Amino acid sequence: MSSSEKKVDCGRRNLVFATAAVGGVATVATAVPFLASMAPSERAKAAGAPVEADVSKLAPGEMMRVEWRGKPVWIIHRTKEMLESLKKVADQVADPDSKRPNQPAYIKGEARSIKPEYLVVVGICSHLGCSPTDKFQKGAESGIAADWPGGFLCPCHGSTFDLSGRVYKNKPAPDNLEVPPHYYMSDTRILIGDDKKA
Amino acid sequence: MAGGNFEKFKSDGTLLGNLLEWVDARFPLTENWKGHLSEYYAPKNFNFWYFFGSLALLVLVMQVVTGIFLVMHYKPDASLNAAGVPVAFASVEYIMRDVPWGWLIRYMHSTGASAFFVVVYLHMFRAMLYGSYRKPRELLWIFGVLIYLCLMAEAFAGYLLPWGQMSFWGAQVIISLFSAIPVIGGDLTTWIRGDYVIADATLNRMFAFHVIAIPLALIGLVAAHVLALHEVGSNNPDGIEIKKNKDPKTGIPLDGIPFHPYYTVKDIVGVVVFLMVFSSVVFFAPELGGYFLEYNNFIPADPLQTPAHIAPVWYFTPYYSILRANTVNFFWVDAKLWGVIFMGLGVMILFFLPWLDRSPAKSIRYRGPIYKSALTIFVIAFVILGYLGMQAPTPGYTVVSQICTVIYFLFFLLMPWYTRIDKCKPEPERVTS
Repeated sequence: MSSSEKKVDCGRRNLVFATAAVGGVATVATAVPFLASMAPSERAKAAGAPVEADVSKLAPGEMMRVEWRGKPVWIIHRTKEMLESLKKVADQVADPDSKRPNQPAYIKGEARSIKPEYLVVVGICSHLGCSPTDKFQKGAESGIAADWPGGFLCPCHGSTFDLSGRVYKNKPAPDNLEVPPHYYMSDTRILIGDDKKA
Repeated sequence: MAGGNFEKFKSDGTLLGNLLEWVDARFPLTENWKGHLSEYYAPKNFNFWYFFGSLALLVLVMQVVTGIFLVMHYKPDASLNAAGVPVAFASVEYIMRDVPWGWLIRYMHSTGASAFFVVVYLHMFRAMLYGSYRKPRELLWIFGVLIYLCLMAEAFAGYLLPWGQMSFWGAQVIISLFSAIPVIGGDLTTWIRGDYVIADATLNRMFAFHVIAIPLALIGLVAAHVLALHEVGSNNPDGIEIKKNKDPKTGIPLDGIPFHPYYTVKDIVGVVVFLMVFSSVVFFAPELGGYFLEYNNFIPADPLQTPAHIAPVWYFTPYYSILRANTVNFFWVDAKLWGVIFMGLGVMILFFLPWLDRSPAKSIRYRGPIYKSALTIFVIAFVILGYLGMQAPTPGYTVVSQICTVIYFLFFLLMPWYTRIDKCKPEPERVTS
């Protein structure tokens, strides 16, 4: 060593730091492909095709389920009475006008649908992703409350939703149920997963 | 070889002696045998509560061995077979029905998972009884909590593999917990799942975590836990240091006895009793009334239909109750995020236990009435939370779980205060029998 034994060779030490820094950058860069490999694959991204639903045989007061992107989508044929219940619960639901963005722009109002009688929602609770159960029976029979107007109950954490998928106040779920993009191909055929092109 | 290594062990001339001399010159075999077994001095007053550490090790070995044999037949594949049943689900049924002795190996593994948590909860309770986490065993305790975290991750990943209804919806709920994190939550959840929903990608990565990643971490942490234990020495029911009283000639603690043969023999008694209970469950009640294997998990995963009542397996239910107890939005934060925060804090707070406890005495034997009552109330609250986590939520139950959640956290948060004012008895000089 040319410099004195006691003195630190600053040139060499800086070289050590530089090597360590470059090595550190290389290690972090190497982690990128591994972490990125866990993101949805191209195949998973491509598998989001819209699905068609025929509601001609859906009787008033009944619901049907279709699978879209691996999720349940509900179509509920609401009766007049069911639609009237939406007004009564307006002060009991957390977000009556659905101001938090989880529905397409063309979905407005308490009915949250294109045609008031047909509600189309993704049947996944906004809390932790369970699929709520339909509780269309009114009152104490439903097992929820004596003044229950009909709606949905999430079995996992007890969130309740009205017949428009609006979440009641002070429940674990933060948001109303999501309304997927959809449009009517004909009077009774709905395409879920796509907006009508203008 | 011109080294001192041949001096370490002198052969007595027998074949075995020669072999040991040869090995010892190349590997610290005798040294480790002595350091960790025949000359590791443990306090002589261990009682019933000291069985559970060695039992946890036994269960770990059993889970690894049964796991290896299950992987020979299991298929992590969510696609549907010709009969319309998910391949993963069908392969578990195949193990149960067609693989020779497959049912036994699988029931040993599924019962082993619950047994692991039984012995680990009792092991942790022992530490709380006798102050085993106190100085100088803080790091030993931290390794232990990390093992507990790994165990929870391992149990969660393993529970997805049979691809039944509870597997699917349980994973849906737990992975969705991450969606509560502001801004990045949604993307993070998608990244963890590897898809926009729980799917084949999720099943495959959980399989990778369950059979490779987490077991490796777990075994490493267990090694660190044992090494840390043997560095500081075991605590005992009196909570006093046996290293304070050493034989002046030999330097061996006066209250210590060699782990082998004394505690190896004692632990074998524990193993025999444990295996009697364990085998009774495996052979006569492998589902244990739905507590060890939930009935809904005998139905293949259906992404369109959540079972009417979903609950995690019993060992997660106390924390699940804490999650559900949060139903009010406050401080501009959703109840959903509070639930996740409190559930996370509930586990994380365990890391701080060594510094929260300010009692002059370590062991419950010499602590005052305040800590004794506090620990009792804590255990009762924890059990109630566990029970409520298995029940469907009702307004009444929610209030009870909120009260118990508050008790759970107050036990820890008020500990620096109540352990200091508690009236402790003087600790003895030497261990009592």
